[in-house]
Amino acid sequence: MSANLSALLYLVASVCFILALKGLSSPTSSRRGNLIGIGGMALAIAVTLLDPGVLSYEWILAGIVLGGGIGVVTALRIQMTAMPQFVAAFHSLVGTAAVLVAAAALYAPEAYGIGTVGAIKTASRIEMSLGIVIGAITFSGSVVAFTKLQGLVSGAPVVFPGQHLLNLVIGLAIIGFGAWFVAEEGREAFWLMTALALLVGVLIIIPIGGADMPVVISMLNSYSGWAAAGIGFTLENQLLIITGALVGASGAILSYIMCKGMNRSFISVILGGFGAEASAGPADAGERTVKQGSAEDAAFIMSNARKVIIVPGYGMAVAQAQHAMREMAGLLKKEGIEVKYAIHPVAGRMPGHMNVLLAEANVPYDEVFEFEEINSEFAGADVAFVIGANDVVNPIAKSDSSSPIYGMPILDAENAKTVLIVKRSLASGYAGIDNPLFYKAGTMMLFGDAKKMVEDIVKAL
Amino acid sequence: MEAVAAIDPFIFRFTIFVLAIFVGYYVVWSVTPALHTPLMAVTNAISSVIIVGALIAAGPEGASLSKILGFVAVMLASVNIFGGFAVTQRMLQMFKKRQAK
Repeated sequence: MSANLSALLYLVASVCFILALKGLSSPTSSRRGNLIGIGGMALAIAVTLLDPGVLSYEWILAGIVLGGGIGVVTALRIQMTAMPQFVAAFHSLVGTAAVLVAAAALYAPEAYGIGTVGAIKTASRIEMSLGIVIGAITFSGSVVAFTKLQGLVSGAPVVFPGQHLLNLVIGLAIIGFGAWFVAEEGREAFWLMTALALLVGVLIIIPIGGADMPVVISMLNSYSGWAAAGIGFTLENQLLIITGALVGASGAILSYIMCKGMNRSFISVILGGFGAEASAGPADAGERTVKQGSAEDAAFIMSNARKVIIVPGYGMAVAQAQHAMREMAGLLKKEGIEVKYAIHPVAGRMPGHMNVLLAEANVPYDEVFEFEEINSEFAGADVAFVIGANDVVNPIAKSDSSSPIYGMPILDAENAKTVLIVKRSLASGYAGIDNPLFYKAGTMMLFGDAKKMVEDIVKAL
Repeated sequence: MEAVAAIDPFIFRFTIFVLAIFVGYYVVWSVTPALHTPLMAVTNAISSVIIVGALIAAGPEGASLSKILGFVAVMLASVNIFGGFAVTQRMLQMFKKRQAK
């Protein structure tokens, strides 16, 4: 196949990928979009297999069958609650692949037409350095994110004095080794640079606390794209450049949306340490009283309502209460009560996580509303049913400028006539902040396991 | 007549790169927030198009270090491609409209 023809077919594949992303603008077009994406990938692989340099297919076939098998089995088995870990693990694979391809290009540059061993083009050496450094950071950073999300290590931020200085020194050392590699194409410089980049990946993720994980996953998503683009420049392959740019932009936008959802600046997330002050906050809880209710009370209040807005949080998913909750919503709808779901941007552990968890529980997506769409409706609602969520409905974010979550956009559940809060205890939320909403006159606390409580409400309805 | 200086091919690739970032920027803003998790899964799958570089490394006859590196990269990228598209499809199948009564 001529180089021009392959380049044109790569262009077709790039367009397929753009259409795959475009398809996600609505659930109805998304499935077709995904199929177009698969088509683009199949085309890209087929074109590459017909490259004159590809002569033997045994290893390739073995790799695809083995890897593809592992991928499909994992994808079909993974729990939707574990999606953040799954995505983090997959990001690490992109990073590793980028490192391996860059190394392969270093040891056999002729295959890619970028020079010969010891005489790789200078531009390619620079691009190679960029690709391998970003790839290595993506790999080790994603591994750390995975272990935190999977609970293999504590989600608490790891901070130590001189952390930023250390990062800076290592960063400069990477640039130094990079310059040495570009000058002499030395393999020692190449691998030292890679090793330090792996270290940096670990160091930049460990100080970031559990509450900021949605940003971290999005950020690593972005890095995996930039790594692919870097390799694309190295190999002079425009398909990789385009795809890397698309993915890099996508991850950057998601990071931005997550930061905005928590009113955190990207820089402060990167610098880390958030979530460390878990026991901070005012401790004058003694004087305040909460109104406690039973499942029967909750059922009575909701069955007399006209409009109920459900605010689900990650705690609901942990308790596996989503199916019982959908059943409860179904019973209320049968009574002619309007039921809607309100999703905060950081309701789950990654962007859009809560929507997937609700969809899995067969909640129709046209009953699920985003923050901006529904926030004004709480004032007209009789009941706000908050389940497994805390910080995202905490009015302190509006009133107390000393609070760590001050300025975070919150769902105005407090504006509903009655607020029902399903919670295990009065303990503070993920960010470790007390919630005055619990003590408000119109609030009734439903203490207990979320799943059990909702099942009891269903029985009482 | 003076010959026109040729533009370095890097500049062309850089142009493509910058334009693709803009395409990505506008396309991704049009994605509904409800589908941000599938978006992340599918971008994960497509970024594994890095497999094209791995295939070239794994393609030559015989055995060499670069071929071994290429083989491992093909395998890892395949995990991502198949797994990423499969999990995306699985999630998208779950998004259903309200049943007509």
